[in-house]
Amino acid sequence: MTSRYSYGGDEHIFVECDEEMSLEAFFKSLSVTKAVKVARIKGVTEICPANASYQIKFDPDVIRPDDLLAEIKKIESEVGGGHSKLATRIIEIPVLYNDPWTRETLMRFRDRHQSPDMTDIEYTAKINRLDGVDGFIKAHSGAPWFVSMVGFVAGLPFLYQMVERKRQIQSPKYLRPRTDTPKLTIGHGGCFGCIYSVRGAGGYQMFGITPMPIYDPNQQIRYLRDFMCLFNPGDIVKWRPIERAEYDAIVADVEAGKFSPNMANIDFSLDAYHADIDGTNAKLTGALNGH
Amino acid sequence: MAIRVVKPGLSTTVQDLGRPGYYHIGIPLSGAMDRFALRAANLLVGNPEDAAVLEAAFLGPELEFTADATVAVTGADLPPKVDGAERATWTSFAVKKGQVLSFAFLKQGARAYIAVSGGIDVPVVLGSRSTYALGALGGYRGRKLEPGDELPVGAAAGAVEGKTVPSNLRRAPGSPAVLRMMPGLYWHRITEAAGKHFFEDTWKAAPEADRIGYRFRGGRPLEFVPREQPFGAGSDPSNIVDACYPYGSIQVPGGTEPIVLHRDAVSGGGYFMIGAVISADLDLIGQLQPHAPAIFAPATMEQALAARHERRMLLAKMREAV
Repeated sequence: MTSRYSYGGDEHIFVECDEEMSLEAFFKSLSVTKAVKVARIKGVTEICPANASYQIKFDPDVIRPDDLLAEIKKIESEVGGGHSKLATRIIEIPVLYNDPWTRETLMRFRDRHQSPDMTDIEYTAKINRLDGVDGFIKAHSGAPWFVSMVGFVAGLPFLYQMVERKRQIQSPKYLRPRTDTPKLTIGHGGCFGCIYSVRGAGGYQMFGITPMPIYDPNQQIRYLRDFMCLFNPGDIVKWRPIERAEYDAIVADVEAGKFSPNMANIDFSLDAYHADIDGTNAKLTGALNGH
Repeated sequence: MAIRVVKPGLSTTVQDLGRPGYYHIGIPLSGAMDRFALRAANLLVGNPEDAAVLEAAFLGPELEFTADATVAVTGADLPPKVDGAERATWTSFAVKKGQVLSFAFLKQGARAYIAVSGGIDVPVVLGSRSTYALGALGGYRGRKLEPGDELPVGAAAGAVEGKTVPSNLRRAPGSPAVLRMMPGLYWHRITEAAGKHFFEDTWKAAPEADRIGYRFRGGRPLEFVPREQPFGAGSDPSNIVDACYPYGSIQVPGGTEPIVLHRDAVSGGGYFMIGAVISADLDLIGQLQPHAPAIFAPATMEQALAARHERRMLLAKMREAV
């Protein structure tokens, strides 16, 4: 895994850790950007980790682009591949799969889909050889997912499924992007899952919806009062399938200011994960039940 | 004091110099698309350069003033009128309590900046008053203006009318607009011939042009260097593993229509980029009307920094003149 460096105009340095997605590339992006943040380099204004790359925005009137690039390369060599441990948190996200709102939306945009006769879940289940909608839900919600990037729009998490590559769910994006996606839709494109933080355009397959807001610009929702976005890169997500009655109950609780997300602090080790994926995942999700 | 919105125009938002520091969680800089024009408008009415103003795209609003104020309109040639009497652009003028500020039709450019002495005093959110409409954040209730909105205005500090920015210091795109860009990012994904065509062809700004980005049409499609798509990237040759998008970056979904991301940029995604427009030329994009012709010209880092320096000198001259 060798990094590729490029300027993005005169105000950005763009670094591709790897062409393809992997947890190793993500950990490299995360650990280097953390180290750049700690280094407090004058002139750096934005530090953005992404799935398998990262980007630093800077003011070239304050620091010369060449000097900053040299500084970043130095930091990257110091970090090396040594940072495979992460103190983070696991957050449980309740999901109503096959919900009426994404269903209504996907029917409206059927002409933009690869397989107009099937729903997005049915289609994705089929191309991933899963046993229908139920088999899909089991595979999708069985293992946790890493938040490998936050962005596109405010607070939207990109999620990377924590299973062997051959078990990872993959799906193409819509043939042409939709002009509408319900807020809090659970989506999927390529190997990445996401939660649409706001209503708007989108090209990912739509599987369900969560009653739990993840972005609140007005900071009225109890657990978003300290900061308006829930997610940070490095968080871990566990989906929990729910039925309509519980969906409605959570929506009411959020409105009444009574809802708190189920989350727990955890330590993640990439080496332990590779040695025993299912065992590590069981330990991680166990933390949500107080273990 | 306040301003009552009688008619909002097409898309009028509160903007300042933006909200740095939150791009890593998808909240873009926002702020004026033409930063030079915003600074000029503020200086003309005695405001700090970074005060919040109104950015009106294509069609001016109609605003009723509830107190005396000094106003300046810069950027696009969108002639202001006070109770129907035309005033000059790039020049400060008085609006009395009860008078209505409206606008004639757009003559040139795309976005006008309406500065009011004291500045538009909406709440500061994450360090800025700028509107980020996609995230319903900042500005006036997180959205473009609507009829009946009441905009609070801050206390003015000794503004005078009749101040002007000399015409040689006003910046506007030529025709075709020349947008200098630094090839890079995923430039290696297209063939040498495609790279050549990209700079040879004349493009036209598409009607899908907003604060998020400008789409261009009319050039030849870009041919890709064949490769097996990397894991996680998606099957189209224009797909990459979702990455950060620099401001000004030029993505070309499907290799057909380049999109230049602007102040309300989506912060990342899965389309490859062939480089980024240099910082000194981003203001010009904000003044392109739909169908306006544009060509892209290659620039090195040295040329980009020189252009940036030139723009800073122009800004210094403008400060001195005002």
